[in-house]
Amino acid sequence: MSTDTLQIQGLRLHLPGAARPVLAGIDLTVGERETVALVGESGSGKSLTSRSVLRLLPPGATTEGTVAVQGENVLAMDAKALRRLRTHTAAMIFQDPRAAINPLRRIGDFLTESLRLNADLPEAEATERAVRMLDAVGLGERVLGQYPGQLSGGMLQRVMIASALMGDPALILADEPTTALDVTTQAEVVGLLDDLRERFGTGLLFVTHDLGLAAAISDRVYVMYAGRIAETGPAEALFERPRHPYTAALLRSTPRLDAPQGRLAAIKGQPPSLKLELTGCPFAARCPFATQVCTEELPPHRPVPEESGRLVACHHSEKLADQLAGSATDD
Amino acid sequence: MTDALVRRPGLARLRISKDRTGRSWLYLLCLGFLGVVVLMAVLAPWISPHDPNAVDLGNALAGPSGTHPLGVDGSGRDTASRLITGARTSLLGPLGVVVFSTVAGVAVGLAAGWRGGWLDSVLSRTTELVFAFPGLLLALLIVSIYGEGLIAPVIALGIAYLPYVSRLTRSLVLAERERPYVEAYQVQGHSGLQICLRHVLPNIAPVVLAQSTINFGYALIDLAGLSFLGLGVPALTPDWGRMVFDGESAIQSGYPLSAILPCAAIVLTVVAFNVVGERWADQVARRDR
Repeated sequence: MSTDTLQIQGLRLHLPGAARPVLAGIDLTVGERETVALVGESGSGKSLTSRSVLRLLPPGATTEGTVAVQGENVLAMDAKALRRLRTHTAAMIFQDPRAAINPLRRIGDFLTESLRLNADLPEAEATERAVRMLDAVGLGERVLGQYPGQLSGGMLQRVMIASALMGDPALILADEPTTALDVTTQAEVVGLLDDLRERFGTGLLFVTHDLGLAAAISDRVYVMYAGRIAETGPAEALFERPRHPYTAALLRSTPRLDAPQGRLAAIKGQPPSLKLELTGCPFAARCPFATQVCTEELPPHRPVPEESGRLVACHHSEKLADQLAGSATDD
Repeated sequence: MTDALVRRPGLARLRISKDRTGRSWLYLLCLGFLGVVVLMAVLAPWISPHDPNAVDLGNALAGPSGTHPLGVDGSGRDTASRLITGARTSLLGPLGVVVFSTVAGVAVGLAAGWRGGWLDSVLSRTTELVFAFPGLLLALLIVSIYGEGLIAPVIALGIAYLPYVSRLTRSLVLAERERPYVEAYQVQGHSGLQICLRHVLPNIAPVVLAQSTINFGYALIDLAGLSFLGLGVPALTPDWGRMVFDGESAIQSGYPLSAILPCAAIVLTVVAFNVVGERWADQVARRDR
């Protein structure tokens, strides 16, 4: 397993003022050239997980476990190694490109600055690479001399993707890269990301709360809830045969074009507050199938029988298999 | 953002300062006036009609005439020449104060805001200590130690003005560092210092410079005040504050012109600097960020 581009093992993250760890033992891998989606609702810790890969942690955070990018533990790196990692090995694409690009600098400056300053690349070479990357994301050379305010949101997100590719990274972290874009642009950007991942041979960790998007783009999916992985497995199997009540509920609350009309099934209640300590399954309070054992005992991650690569953290997973599958597909 | 400025007199907000088309004639007038004053200071040796220090006691306190269009003072020196030449020291002093306080204040504010933690506490508390001393008092103290001259009061006022700049810079940096582009640069492998100097600083510079322009006016008043007390520039150097001091006796003799003119010059210049500085600050604040 040492060939994995990203390997997160037992990652726990504490924030000051929170009664329980914000991330409570995350295990996650992204293989070479693999697309992995991390889904979950707001506050489930999915963004924090992806940010911890670049050690972009909130102030005061303490961590346990390892986050290894190409075998090197990010959490234990010195500042120099961390900068090298950020310049060359892993790149991040942010949610809102308009906010994430300095409005005072030209696109050309933005793209080449990292290589010029941190990799000592001559300006001409850096610019040449920038032109090639812009071409790869479907933008012309003209953009180099323009300011962020002159580009549309979709174009800016392309610039952002180009900048992520500038250092020829092995891993790209995309933190809800399409949330700030309108739907048609979303599809373009997602298609582009997938294309480029194939072409440049990078791994992609795709953080999203859009299940449809996750299903469309990813090889494997991790479903997060309250700082824990609820369920993981190959995208197709996981969405067709969810084994965790949370995944099933999420699927039911997703609008579908082919499903019968009717109200969407919302998940009752709120995710557990960070001020509360949790015993047992974090989803127990909202789970229609919860029993005594759910509130008392933390469900371990167990492999799903007869399905390779699937893990689920639910006490009743096997008992509920048929029920969940039926409710998820609505057929 | 508009309220980010620590000291703002509010002159540019006057309703009468705008005409119906929204163009601010007050701003343009002030900008023009400042241009004239600066030009005067630069060209002083060539345009002043007389030697500003030529004493002609026989002609003391004479009114305006053909050779002395603005009259002469109690020692018979030409008021027009002294006003023109005095613009040099009167502008150079505040310039020194503003440059010193801006450079040092930005450095302190940047370090405090960016690093945070104990460094922030130490720097912020130390600079706030300076607030406890009125600027003029600090200047008096330093001048009494180092003697009169332009350097000592300029440094003293520079220190007195530093907290205004550093506090403003710190608050701007605190807001700026939360903006996502800073993180985006971080994950591109830029060091904190690089991001701070290459990106954060240019982004906050307009607001700081607008405040410095306003500070220029205040510094001018303070320095003129010191000169008036006889603690600023040496006695013979032409300087507006000094001229007011010298003109005191002229007022008592019933010939106020040589004192009133430098007063007017000071007041008008300060007002002009305030209006222009505020206008710039407002433009920066209105800029779509």
